[in-house]
Amino acid sequence: MNKALSGALRIALGAAATGAVMAASGAALAADPIRIGVIAEAQAIAGASIPQAAQLAADEINAKGGVDGRKIEIIGYDNHSSSADSVRAFQRAVNEDKVNAVIASYISEVVLALEPWASRLKTPFVTPGAASNEISKSVHADYEKNKYTFHGYLTSAALALSVCDAAKDLLVDRMHMKSAVIMSEDAAWTKPLDVGYEECLPKIGLKVLDHIRFSPDTTDFTPIFNKIEGAKPDVIITGISHVGVQPTVQWKNQQVPIPMFGISSQATNETFGKDTNQAAEGVLYQGVSGPGVAVTPKSVPFAENFKKKYGNFPSYAGYTAYDEVYYIADAVKRAGSTDADKLVDALEKTDWEGTIGRVQFYGKDDPFTHSIKYGKGLITGLMLQWQDGKQIAVWPKDVAKVDVKFPSFIKLSN
Amino acid sequence: MRAFQILIDGFAISALYALGATGFTLIFGVSGVLNLSHGAIMVAAAVAAWAAASILGVGTYAGALIGVAVALLTAFATYFAVVKPIQDSRRIPNEEKEIFVLTGTLLWGIMIQELIAYFFTNNAKTVLPIVEGVVEILGVRTPKNEIFTAIVCCLVIALLWLLVNRTRTGKAVLAASMNPRGVTLLGLELTNIYIVVWAIYGILAGIAGVLLGMFLGVSSYSVGPLTASAFSIVVLGGLGSVSGSLIAAFVVGYLETLTAYLVSPAYRTIPALLLLVFVMYIRPQGLLGRR
Repeated sequence: MNKALSGALRIALGAAATGAVMAASGAALAADPIRIGVIAEAQAIAGASIPQAAQLAADEINAKGGVDGRKIEIIGYDNHSSSADSVRAFQRAVNEDKVNAVIASYISEVVLALEPWASRLKTPFVTPGAASNEISKSVHADYEKNKYTFHGYLTSAALALSVCDAAKDLLVDRMHMKSAVIMSEDAAWTKPLDVGYEECLPKIGLKVLDHIRFSPDTTDFTPIFNKIEGAKPDVIITGISHVGVQPTVQWKNQQVPIPMFGISSQATNETFGKDTNQAAEGVLYQGVSGPGVAVTPKSVPFAENFKKKYGNFPSYAGYTAYDEVYYIADAVKRAGSTDADKLVDALEKTDWEGTIGRVQFYGKDDPFTHSIKYGKGLITGLMLQWQDGKQIAVWPKDVAKVDVKFPSFIKLSN
Repeated sequence: MRAFQILIDGFAISALYALGATGFTLIFGVSGVLNLSHGAIMVAAAVAAWAAASILGVGTYAGALIGVAVALLTAFATYFAVVKPIQDSRRIPNEEKEIFVLTGTLLWGIMIQELIAYFFTNNAKTVLPIVEGVVEILGVRTPKNEIFTAIVCCLVIALLWLLVNRTRTGKAVLAASMNPRGVTLLGLELTNIYIVVWAIYGILAGIAGVLLGMFLGVSSYSVGPLTASAFSIVVLGGLGSVSGSLIAAFVVGYLETLTAYLVSPAYRTIPALLLLVFVMYIRPQGLLGRR
């Protein structure tokens, strides 16, 4: 290329670039969007609903004119369920895509890996689905550093309580069950969950006969069910999230005569029915909301709109992610700014009626700082059951539509 | 009671391993190809069977057939798009071709895995069993599907034996595994033999994949472990030896089941891998290896 031509080209390119920059800053002046990065397990059954629900919330807010004229922009990143990918996505979201806040992941290991990055990059960060107690305990332990992290889902401790509350009413009082075996996958979130189970189950009158922790890459559950059956419990209390389809299908195919009750994250997504060829029939799982359950007036319309747009009812993390976009937008409005520290202050004062209940965060002095509050009038959780291919609420009484019922191979001991 | 349980469960899983490993070792024996996309082909079959039955609603039998057909097509694609171009290439030195085939099939397997995860999520899928329900055998409540799996595996392996030992095509395949040059001198087209072998392989991997999908369920994550398990069974039995693979499959299957029942399900695969290392020390050619 001759010199004159390359010079001309450079000028032309320079002019084009300047023009582009000017256009971009001009747009920014008009209405700088509020950017929310969404890092999620887009290929996993529980995580897939996260980016979808966040987008739905953003579309709704934007359709009503946005926040003080500013649109919400969702920037999605698939983390392939990997902590390393998530950290890279977080860095890119903050440094290159200039997000104002991040919603990320249902996996505790991933969230614990992101937490220090939220501190380093001073970016408000909310998880819609991870449960480990350590997430909010770290905020409590070093508040000034870790205050950017918010736990938008129940802690494992609260989940155990929710399961025990439901078990007391449904299993002990109504079905007179007396014993249980805990079956949980070996992961960060189940450690505090199991501690919670061990503590609260005996209190409600369920004797814990055995406790089986298994590797999340287990494929053959026959020996596990065999061992459980040998202990002759009335119920299996579950703590599963990374696995779900395989134990459920094998439970049905082997006709294990003991009901499963507890946390089963994959079962919260409507697609679970197809993935298991309806083997989920009779499975009881804890949820924060569910299709057709009017936890608040917002729950049912959200689930219906989600299904209309994406073809299935969302997983539990869909409900929380949807609420999160709304209360982040609300916090921006109250803070009058997207400045990270002001946003954190505003998020701490969140009092938002979402799809899962009334969202408020525990304060600096509570042990689970920045985790959502559990309790009556706030968030209590539900117990749902797969019945005739549908997810139906069976607890608490005020939202329950039907009684618990089991497939014929389940033999109740009482 | 527990002994019977281990005997029955171990048999089904071993038979499934045997079927999965047979095709793998056959390809190696005849054409010297270690196909590292093996797990991906099995998973593709299972996911296709699931998708056909659960999403398209074609029914279990048609779903299973579609699964096997997908495996057959994927096996051919592996041969024609990955393996054959490398074998025919003049730019890759002959002594490096094996390593190229290894890398090529490994990458091909990862591509299939990612495609499955992209279109069908990385969540486990289970194929609706052709036979449902349970029966009591020696006091053990056994899913009929488990018995079905074992029977189909044994039947298919028996058919393969008949095909290889009793038909003209089979004898050509056998000859090719012994002396490829000799076969070409007899006027047989080696490429045609390879196509036959890849077709047999595709069907075997497809049936194994669909059965695995019915028995335990598979996800895109299963690709690596499935390839690894076939690989270690085949190495244990002796590369290229079909009967060695069959024996090794039962050794590994029962060792895993024993560990899962008597020690802990968490350590299921460890003793079999230790055994593999041990056998490599004292008998590097494997149990029935020829070299």
